[in-house]
Amino acid sequence: MKFLLVEDNADLAAAICSRMQLDGHVIDHADTIQDAIAFSETGEYDLILLDIMLPDGDGRTFLQRHRAGKRDTPVIVLTARSQVSDRISMLDLGADDYVTKPFDHEELQARCRAVLRRKSGTAQTVMQIGDVAFDPVAGHLTVAGEVVNLRNRELRLLELLFNAPGQIFAKQKLVDRLFSYDEDVSENAIEVYIGRLRKHLEPSSLRITTLRGLGYRLDHD
Amino acid sequence: MTEGVQVSGSLRNRLAVTLTGGAAVLAVLLFIVVRSYAAQIAQQGQDSILSASVTSILDAAVIRDGVVEIDFPYASFSMLSTPMDDRIFYAIYQDDTLLSGYGDLPRTAGTATRAYQGSAVRLATASRVLIGANVRTRISVTVAQTQDALSGTLSRISRNVALFGAGFFALATLLSIWATAATIEPLQRLTTSVTRRGPQDLSPVAKPVPLEMLPLVASLNSLMARLDQSLRQSEDFIAEAAHRVRTPLATVRSYAEATLQRVDREENRQALRSMIRAIDESSRAAGQLLDHAMITFRADHLERDDLDLVDLLRELVLRLTPVAEMKDIELHLRADGPVIINGDPILLQNALRNLIDNALKYAPGESVIGIRIITEPRFQVEIRDQGPGFPADEIANLTERFSRGRNAVGTIGSGLGLTIAQDVAAAHGGSLALSNLPEGGACVTFSL
Repeated sequence: MKFLLVEDNADLAAAICSRMQLDGHVIDHADTIQDAIAFSETGEYDLILLDIMLPDGDGRTFLQRHRAGKRDTPVIVLTARSQVSDRISMLDLGADDYVTKPFDHEELQARCRAVLRRKSGTAQTVMQIGDVAFDPVAGHLTVAGEVVNLRNRELRLLELLFNAPGQIFAKQKLVDRLFSYDEDVSENAIEVYIGRLRKHLEPSSLRITTLRGLGYRLDHD
Repeated sequence: MTEGVQVSGSLRNRLAVTLTGGAAVLAVLLFIVVRSYAAQIAQQGQDSILSASVTSILDAAVIRDGVVEIDFPYASFSMLSTPMDDRIFYAIYQDDTLLSGYGDLPRTAGTATRAYQGSAVRLATASRVLIGANVRTRISVTVAQTQDALSGTLSRISRNVALFGAGFFALATLLSIWATAATIEPLQRLTTSVTRRGPQDLSPVAKPVPLEMLPLVASLNSLMARLDQSLRQSEDFIAEAAHRVRTPLATVRSYAEATLQRVDREENRQALRSMIRAIDESSRAAGQLLDHAMITFRADHLERDDLDLVDLLRELVLRLTPVAEMKDIELHLRADGPVIINGDPILLQNALRNLIDNALKYAPGESVIGIRIITEPRFQVEIRDQGPGFPADEIANLTERFSRGRNAVGTIGSGLGLTIAQDVAAAHGGSLALSNLPEGGACVTFSL
């Protein structure tokens, strides 16, 4: 997916960008409202991540201009405030959702997917390997012409594997991506989801290989 | 809100007492003046008749053959007759010798009032020198009359004047009540318009006020303007402070997460996970502390409004679904038709959000959280999860501030969520009930 990040804090912006790129997304960064307007008018983005406090004004100004310009690119606001009434006013101004800093990247991505699903049709997100088509936004898999609906954790696990076929993923890394940091889970919890994905992929040319002591790998016959 | 204000008298009472007291004094004065004037006139009338009677007797006195002779004219006594049959006394002296009449009748110069034979009499005395052939003698005549008719007239006049005075007093009292009410009314109008405001309304008083109230209203307006400005400043300050603290926290968290993807050594990974947990803990605590402060403030001045509870819950569910989905939890809202209640939407949203957040934290993956609205006998929102439930021996203390259950160890939280929900319920006159379901799982009932 292609993101536009509007954030004036250079460190945070760099951190978000590197995290997004790690997941295989393309991300452009603007640090002022001026730049953000220029970017959003020239580039095509699937989603805009917008900070509220910017050096040349309030992010809400951008939001208003963005909506007035009849652009329907979804916007998720990154806010440092946590007052409820403030959250409401941002949704009133046309933001599709918001996250409060500091935020969980998995949650941010879950929100991105939810927003994109609500505005279905705006993003081309289908990935194809062999005879398997995978749409992480809609959350379904097409195997040999049959559509399989995935549960969220199955979806996130498959998205990781799909982004890097042939790469080995350690069990613990997968656990960290699938479970929140306060959930007490063992490494073996991941096996349930690997098992389910294997079942879904059974009729296809894709295989999830177990490498004892190392982890899992998505292979294409 | 009147406690702590010292009361010294009442403007209304002070004004009413002054006005009616003034009217009473005026009425009494009026009575005294009119009555004494009337008495004076009545007395003058009696005096002139008495003098005429005396004069007519004196005129009738002649000296015939050296002897004084008086032939009383009929009119000299008949002119004194009154409807009250007042008694008449007279005395005629030649020099100092009584010629005729009552010798014990007091002799005065001119007119006077004296007590005689047990009642008050008015006396008139005049004298005349008669000169005969070789006689020169002084005749002095005193005529007296009791004052029954006069006092009758006087008491009639007094009664009428008293009635008139009382009428004047009653009318003046009515007038003073009306004047007091009319004077106090703008003050009451101002009070109402200030009292009816919501807690956020710090706009100046715009309605016209009487000239005398201008200084008060002007300083009230300037006080509110200053309050508004300082509130705005502190809001901006909190927002700015939150921004300054949360942005670097977000940076650390993002880097920690990104690094966790690249690092392989388990002890490094463990350190990064602890770091992320600590960040989440502190930001959540800061957020809930602010929420709690806001709720404590707003609970004193609820901004009640009619709202649809189903709508509110639907929006919350929509907002929390992405988080629930991450654990493959289904948020199941059972509600049909709008349920209109009266309450503070921001507080209710915050409280219910905290309760659903809690359920999401403790519920296991791939489970269902049921949210249900009960309308009878009172409005209730019931949230059931399939988690471990509340520890039975701690259930009573969990809503205390910063109290967390035993099984919360390892779960990120501040211990304020249930306190917030309970405070909001209490502010709306309701309560929060915690229980465990027989089939396992926690059940929280938020009553309004």
